[in-house]
Parts: sequence; structure tokens; C-alpha cells
Amino acid sequence: MADPLLSVRDLKKYYNAGGVFSRAAPPVRAVDGVSFEVGRGETLALVGESGCGKSSVGRTVLRLQEPTSGQALFEGVEIFSLDRPALRALRRRMQIIFQDPYSSLNPRMTVGAAVAEGLEIHRLAPRQEIPARVAALLREVGLDPDYARRYPHEFSGGQRQRIGIARALAVQPAFIVCDEPVSALDVSVQAQVLNLLSDLQQQRGLSYLFIAHDLAVVRQIAHRIAVMYLGHIVEQGVTDQVLSNPRHPYTVALLSAVPEPDPAADRARIVLRGDLPSPSNPPPGCPFHTRCFHPAKNERCRTEVPLLRPVAGTTAACHYAETTPQPAQAGAA
Amino acid sequence: MTHVLEVRNLRISFPSGPGRVYPVDGVSFWLDRGETLALVGESGCGKSLTSLALLQLVPAPGRIEEGSVVRLADTDVLALRGEALRRIRGRRIGMIFQDPMTSLNPVFTVGDQIIEGILAHFRIPRAEARDRALGLLQEVGIPDPVERLKAYPHQLSGGMRQRVMIAIALAAEPEILVADEPTTALDVTVQAQILEVLDRLRTSRGMAVLLITHDLGIVAGRADRVAVMYAGQIIEEAPTEQLFANPSHPYTQGLFASVPRISGPLRRLTPIRGTVPAPSAWPTGCRFRPRCPKAFDKSEQEPPLLSVGVDHRMRCWLAESPGGRASG
Repeated sequence: MADPLLSVRDLKKYYNAGGVFSRAAPPVRAVDGVSFEVGRGETLALVGESGCGKSSVGRTVLRLQEPTSGQALFEGVEIFSLDRPALRALRRRMQIIFQDPYSSLNPRMTVGAAVAEGLEIHRLAPRQEIPARVAALLREVGLDPDYARRYPHEFSGGQRQRIGIARALAVQPAFIVCDEPVSALDVSVQAQVLNLLSDLQQQRGLSYLFIAHDLAVVRQIAHRIAVMYLGHIVEQGVTDQVLSNPRHPYTVALLSAVPEPDPAADRARIVLRGDLPSPSNPPPGCPFHTRCFHPAKNERCRTEVPLLRPVAGTTAACHYAETTPQPAQAGAA
Repeated sequence: MTHVLEVRNLRISFPSGPGRVYPVDGVSFWLDRGETLALVGESGCGKSLTSLALLQLVPAPGRIEEGSVVRLADTDVLALRGEALRRIRGRRIGMIFQDPMTSLNPVFTVGDQIIEGILAHFRIPRAEARDRALGLLQEVGIPDPVERLKAYPHQLSGGMRQRVMIAIALAAEPEILVADEPTTALDVTVQAQILEVLDRLRTSRGMAVLLITHDLGIVAGRADRVAVMYAGQIIEEAPTEQLFANPSHPYTQGLFASVPRISGPLRRLTPIRGTVPAPSAWPTGCRFRPRCPKAFDKSEQEPPLLSVGVDHRMRCWLAESPGGRASG
């Protein structure tokens, strides 16, 4: 990608396990060598199931958690080596919205004060202009400007998510990490928030790192998708390509598990066997080999880690990506 | 043929300020042997409360109103008290919930909890109960069941815990299984596994399943019939294929237009405007009226369930208009 906004190289985030009562256990490899880029005005979705490391990626990129190793260039600046004052300036350019906006809003702070906080900290507006800026932000996310005087508990989940978005937008960021922003919302409200995020992206030229587990939601908003499994990106590509012609068996399984609201839909499903292996004791070779249904699976999968490589329009980390069974065939197998 | 379960005019009230509110307000449905009925709706529509009423488990200070009927084959469930009620709970109507961790006791092994459930319902020796527990773990697809009997809940994954809950519910061999958002807390690949298990058990045991969910995708694959709830009432009911082919109530249509799809042409989502009002703020007349793009004069009167097709009814006056349904 020419001149990406964010470029992450070989990011690792290990958490140390054990401690006071036990001998040091092997670290949990939450993120184990992940590389990706996010373009200007683009949405990259990080998709995967619980424990795949997608949220850890989002948090380390914002330095809410310190990475174990790796590089991340944002607008040409190496994020991971910034000192505190520089990091603070960076936070004006990078924001985050969470799955549960309620737990990220101070219950004793009015909505207006919460939205104004970033403006004040970064001195982005003279004091007398702040109320007008807050009103404009609330209007931009589809809320009544009078809500500024009220408290978070007075609002529904969808409205709170809008407040969280207004708060993130206040500092005029270029990049927002959206960590499961609609998964706690009812479908009718989820659609409202997804449309809002799309509109804001177009109007403001925002870039999103959209962390989600729901492929149908992701299809609605993402330009590109990176599928994570056990701390690795196992497939990455343009949304349409990944969804219509997945090349990693795990992507195929994820896709076939999505319940489609259509009784006539082809119900060929791949039901994966077993559980996710522990990230503190990942299997050798391909991380997916213990649950893989690819007919070509062999000794090589158990010993040699497959690298992401271009295959038929996407990139996939599978030794046999060329012959990966597609959802319809795999279900019959 | 008598239904396995019949619910008629179920009303549940809670005190609110000086008066009472009715988060479930006149719900009627039935279940036949071996079928799955899905109760679908968004948060606060009354679907979970409805399911709790089946076993008189409505939390205080809520109460089931006079005139509500829950009939289990020949038994009037709402008239039961004490021991008689206990013999229904779990034994004839089993329940599983969204979060298995809060339903499992963390200080007992999985085996103890299943065996306890079996012994509560059947007078058999403990060794025999243990054998049954093993069989149940196998039936719900838990690998290595002998080892898992000795495991504590925290040692299992979310999907495994939900399987254990299903095994406990099945231990009593209930005629009806109420599954309240059984896969909402689980990852999609695990969800697929659990739904397969439920489907298999329904077929092999002839159990009736009341599936409570907010996810239309789950409904499409698993339910024989669907009842859509909004603001404490069933607003549309139909056989699953009929409902999906021909969603008729403007709220149901709104739900369909809001759901992102994994295939087909990509289009901008059309959300329903506004949010679900609290039970204290439900409007008079049609309860969906303030959010409905098709509301008209008559919407100010409360509509009954009106026929829009074979076994297909909706609570909307548009059912009376030529063509029989709200088009598109």
C-alpha cells in the first residue's frame, strides 16, 4: 500500500502467566507476529473468535498496553518508541470506541463534560466555544444537543454508543479503533450505529481498525479483512474476496458457521471439532492444524508454520491454500 | 391432538410508581411434540420473562396476572404450589440460559452436578446415576467424558459448559426444553456446535423446544414456527418459511431490513427509527405506531392478531387492507 496511515510489523504481545502462588508458567502468546496496514479513509476489520488476540492488537497499537516487540508507524512516526508527552499528542490522532460505552463513561460526568474532556485536555477550543462544539458533535452523531446536561445512565445502549463516538470525534482523530462497537446492541440499533460509522468515515476521511467477531457486520463496513486465529493473521484480503473465495480453512469454517436469516440458504455447515488450543501452549506448525478439515492436511502442517502468501486474490497462511475446500463442498465432505 | 404446552393470555406485571406495568401483556402460543418454536425479539420485548413464567419463576416483585393460563398437557401449571410445582421444574420443563457459568456451581465437579440433578428426579442408585451422567455427556458431544466428570466448571470452555448445562437439563428427560439465548455468549463456530446438539436431541428424544433468541439467523436454520415479540406482545406468528418469505408486520420487516447479511447484494442497512420504549411508556393503540413508517389513522386503536395467510397472523390493521399485508 502506498503511504498507509498505519503500518504494523511483526507485532507480538505476550502476557506473563503465573506469579505469586505458582512457578512462572509459559507466557500467553496473545499476539504472535502480526503485520498489517490501514490506509487513509479505509476500514480494516480484524475478525476472529474470543481469545484470538484481536483486542490485544487494537490496544497495543494505541499503546494502552505495551507491546512485547514489533514496529508500528503511524503518520510516519514510530509509535512504540514514543515517550509520554509525544504519546499524549498522538492520542489526539488515535481514538478508541468500546463494546460497552457505559463502562467507559464516567457516571458522574454529564454527557457534555464527557464529550468536552478531550477538547479541554488538548486545548482544542477556547473555553467559551466549547458548548457550541459539544452541541455540534452531539448533532453529528444523531443526538439532541440538549442531552449535554444529562448523565450516561439516562440513555439506552445505542445512545451511549453515540456518546462514545462523539467523545472520540471531539479531538478530530484520523484513526479510530472500534472494538466490537455494535455487538452489544439490538439489531435495529446496530444498523443505526453501523450507518453512522460509515457516514462519519466518508465525511471526515476517518480510518478504522474495526475489531469484530460477526462476519456479516464486517461485510457491511470493512474494505479489507484480516482473520485472526490464536494470535496469528491466517488470512487477509479485500472483503469481497475473502468472503466469496476464502483460502484458509479457518475462514471457511467461520463463514459456514454464520447463521443466515434465510431458511432456503444452503445449510452446508462445517462444524469444527474441539476447542481452541491454549495460547500459552500453541500447537507446533500451523496453529489451526489440530482442528483443520482440509483433506490435504499432513505432516508438514504439524511441523512447519505456514506464512501468509498471495493465493487467488487474497493472502492466506495455509500450505495448501490453492485446494482449500469452499463452504459448499466442505459442508458435504 | 392436544399440545404439549399451551400458553394463553399470559400477563405479567411489575409495580411501577403508583401503578403497575405489563412487560408481558397477553401472550398466547403452543408447542407440539418434537417441534421448535422460536420466540424472537429485541431486549425488553418480554421474551425471557415469558419463558420464566412457564415455571412460575418470574422474579419478585413481578407477578403473573389472574386469567393467565399455562397448560402442560393435562396440568394447569400456574395453579401448582410447593412440591407439585417442584416436580414440574426441570423434570417436565427443562431450561438452559445464556450464561452457563452463572448456572453452574463453581465448587462442585461437573459430575456431581449432573448426578445431583438425576438423583433429584429419579430414585436410582448413585452408581447408576453416574452411568447415566456419562451417557449424557456423550450425548451432548463432550469428548473424553470420564475425565470431564471430574472437572470443575472453570476448567471448561464456554461451549463445553453450555453442553454440561444441556446435559443437566436433559438428565430429567423433560418433555420441553426452554433455551433462552443458549448461544449468545458463544463464538459462532461453537454456536454451530451447540445448535447441532440441540437439533439432534430434539429429533432423537421428541422433545419440544422453545428457543428464545434475538438472532433471526438462528431462527431460520432451527425453528419450525416463529413468534415475533414487540413491547410485551406477539406481533407476528407464522411457520418459519412463511415468515421469512413474507414478513408482514412493519416491525418484522424493519428487523429484516436491519440485519447485515453475509451474502447477496450489499446494500445500506435500513434501521428502525428510534428505540424500544420502556413498558411504562408504551403508546396506546398499536405499540409500534411511533416508530412505524406505515402508521395510519386506525393505528390509534390497538389491533388484535389478524390473519394474513395460512397459520400466519399479525397484530397490524394493514392485514385488513387489500392484498392482506403491508407490502414491502
